[in-house]
Amino acid sequence: MNTKTNIDFMSKRKIAAAFSVALVVLSVASLLFSGLKLGLDFTGGTLVEVGYSAPVELEPIRQQLENNGYSNAVVQNFGSETEILVRLQQEYKPELGDQILATLQKDSTATITLRRSEFVGAQVGDELREQGGLGMLFALLIVMVYVAFRFQVKFSVGAVLALAHDVLITLGVFSLLGLNFDLTVLAALLAVIGYSLNDTIVVSDRIRENFRKIRKETPLNIINISLNETLSRTIITSLTTLLVLVTLFILGGELIRGFSIALIIGVLVGTYSSIYVASNILVALRINPEDLALPVKEGLEVDGMP
Amino acid sequence: MMNRYPLWKNLLIVVVFAFGLIYALPNIYPNDPAIQITSDSSSTPVSERILDKANAALDKAGIEHFGEQLINNYGLIRLQKNDDQLRAQSVINAVVSELDSGYVVALNLAETTPAWLKSMGAGPMKLGLDLSGGVHFLLEVDTSAAAQQKLQVFSAEIRQKLREEKLRYRKFQISEDDSLLIRFIQEETRDQAHQLIKKDYDDFLLTDGQQDKYFTLSLRFSELKTKEIEDYAVRQNLTTLRNRVNELGVSEPLVQRQGRNRIVVELPGVQDTAGAKRLLGKTANLEFRLQAHAKTKGGSQRFKFKDDQRGYAELEKNIIVTGQNVSNAQAGFDENGFPQVNINLDSPGGKMMNRITRDNVGRELGVLFIEQKTRLKTQIIDGKKTKVPVRTNQKEIISLATIQAPLGNRFRITGLDSPAESAELALLLRAGALAAPMHFVEERTVGPSLGKQNIELGQRSVAIGLALVLLFMLVYFKMFGLAANIALTFNLILLVAIMSMISATLTLPGIAGIVLTVGMAVDANVLIFARIKEELANRMSPQAAIQAGFERAFVTIFDANITTLLVAVILYAVGTGPVKGFAVTLSIGILTSMFTAIMGTRAIVNLMYGGRKIEKLSI
Repeated sequence: MNTKTNIDFMSKRKIAAAFSVALVVLSVASLLFSGLKLGLDFTGGTLVEVGYSAPVELEPIRQQLENNGYSNAVVQNFGSETEILVRLQQEYKPELGDQILATLQKDSTATITLRRSEFVGAQVGDELREQGGLGMLFALLIVMVYVAFRFQVKFSVGAVLALAHDVLITLGVFSLLGLNFDLTVLAALLAVIGYSLNDTIVVSDRIRENFRKIRKETPLNIINISLNETLSRTIITSLTTLLVLVTLFILGGELIRGFSIALIIGVLVGTYSSIYVASNILVALRINPEDLALPVKEGLEVDGMP
Repeated sequence: MMNRYPLWKNLLIVVVFAFGLIYALPNIYPNDPAIQITSDSSSTPVSERILDKANAALDKAGIEHFGEQLINNYGLIRLQKNDDQLRAQSVINAVVSELDSGYVVALNLAETTPAWLKSMGAGPMKLGLDLSGGVHFLLEVDTSAAAQQKLQVFSAEIRQKLREEKLRYRKFQISEDDSLLIRFIQEETRDQAHQLIKKDYDDFLLTDGQQDKYFTLSLRFSELKTKEIEDYAVRQNLTTLRNRVNELGVSEPLVQRQGRNRIVVELPGVQDTAGAKRLLGKTANLEFRLQAHAKTKGGSQRFKFKDDQRGYAELEKNIIVTGQNVSNAQAGFDENGFPQVNINLDSPGGKMMNRITRDNVGRELGVLFIEQKTRLKTQIIDGKKTKVPVRTNQKEIISLATIQAPLGNRFRITGLDSPAESAELALLLRAGALAAPMHFVEERTVGPSLGKQNIELGQRSVAIGLALVLLFMLVYFKMFGLAANIALTFNLILLVAIMSMISATLTLPGIAGIVLTVGMAVDANVLIFARIKEELANRMSPQAAIQAGFERAFVTIFDANITTLLVAVILYAVGTGPVKGFAVTLSIGILTSMFTAIMGTRAIVNLMYGGRKIEKLSI
């Protein structure tokens, strides 16, 4: 199937730009006003997860905990009707998990097992938040330097803005949908940076190649040709990656769900941004063949001398 | 354009593949649930006899078991069923503790790697806590307390020095911000003291000042010295924690420094968080002092008895020896069946004890039990409620007995409440004291059922994800897809092999990383194949197209992967625990996939098409 596509991507670049800006603004607004629902890893606190042998109602559990002195406990299902997650306000004691278990078992006929209990100090959470943000910025910086070194500064601006675009929108979706943002989601976000970068580099690579090869076309057309040439690869790789991510989303269990959601969003947005965001910025920065001309090797003659 | 690999390249691929297969192999042998019996002293090693007793007890309880063995200094009994583990532990504990209190019976998972694989150094991947179940602690060392302790020692020395030089001071005060403040009445004296201290101690930063009508001199440790003190405290605590963890008898524990002043402790398989925590966080120590009497020099202090009914007693301020001089300690019972601890002192401790007791036969010797307890107390700092660790030093007399005869380096302590207390005291004395108090800043317990479930879910996701990708590639790229699939499977094996070799820890995010690698690893092949198709469309001959496709795609693959690798390295640097696991899998995955997708696929494609004339490619 050697169907050569010839889609005029660049004619719609203004619409795409408006679309991207709108998405980013919406994401940033949501992040500013409603924020992220940060998980225990970042906020600090206490959490106990228990498993029931049969499905249970949440309200009686809340009551039960309230009656036994656990005020302000947040009770929710975790993945299934038999898994219950309890987040507590009070100070942590090592026996807390077993105490909660005993309290709940008292009024229940179902068998309850302790799945996990976690306590994270507030300070540790703060530090992690700081480290995560710094790590993200550092990753972007390193990428920028590498791309500027291997390609050209205009490409590096495009790549980094494309990455920031992907990360912001993924974060925005998490904020808008009120999804729990924990340590695994942070890892996924960094993986999104890796993936999206991969995509952007592949496209940039082709653009560079074509700028050197094709001389008589306008920059806009050269970008269009490059995007078309890499389109089938872009789609196939996104497809295979999405295949495994959806598998992970469905089968991986609750603990890994946030991770797979973040990557699914990231891969979708990343695929779009490698076509529209990075190249759009190249156009905006007026990329031209001179930017990518191979450096003239002046030392060549000297080297040739015995 | 023959597209044939030289022999050495083919051989290299075969060798790498064989190597990958061997080192990945141990992972398909599942661990056996097992019970481990260790002895906490060299005098009562685990013997065949103990194992026989344990076996008999298991038989009696109807628990199926096999393959008991003695390894180094511990015994291992394998069980048929996972669910029997806890019951087996209590059954064995019951019979073994009758013989001696020094045996520790713990749950374990025994490797089943065949001997021939083991002899090549191959072994399975380690499982992270989220997969194996267990406890994770993060402890913070109170380095400020360590600095204050050190300051106290110096303060005594400096006081002495000032007295010798006849420099009159008013007050010595150690303040909250880890500095020592000395007040003088005269400015001149202060300046002399300044010169004196500056000459003899280069660890201090000195600041002159004035407070009310006094002239002050403030001493603060230099940055370098502070760091040295902190470092020492953390390292000392690390050693002590390791000793204590070893006493718990956990298999494959992890005790590691994290950052400047934190220590991570991971105990796979342990479910009794409270017990483990009590032992780890405890800072017990002993002090031996004579009872004060009329002629006591250097002052006395009043202490409460641990046994409330006995009230108070007055002890000398002078300490004969402390728990740090204890070289060995064993719990036992005295003639009347009361718990006691038999103590051996090291030689300086023994000499000291002998010298003091020789001159004081007939007087009473008191034993002080010191427990440093750390509590989190809510305080308001900058208008925010913050939890601050507050230390309380609790010193109680556990025994006060008449010295009948001079003591040497072996004696015993009585007056303890229960056998459990004597066992714990013996353990704490043996394992050493903490240099600075610690408090828990993070704690996670993962139940065994959740761990098991995570492994199952992870395995299934990898299997199904892989199957879907393989199917897709086969349908889309036909024969070339098959080549890519072989390479992808090879990649997965290689990834597992390398992770096993460097004994990386597999976590749930790590499994997610493997799944992600599977999805992304085909990218290199897709790039190559898309390029070949393009070249074919440009009317290149099939052989030339293969050659050009691999060659031209290489630069792109290289650039794309290097940048992703950079991100993975950063992820490793900033992440903790499970996230680090993810970064490791991702990085190794990128490297192995570059090898398999470029060299591996090329070799297979060459075998399929190389060295002959072909009209059409199945791509």
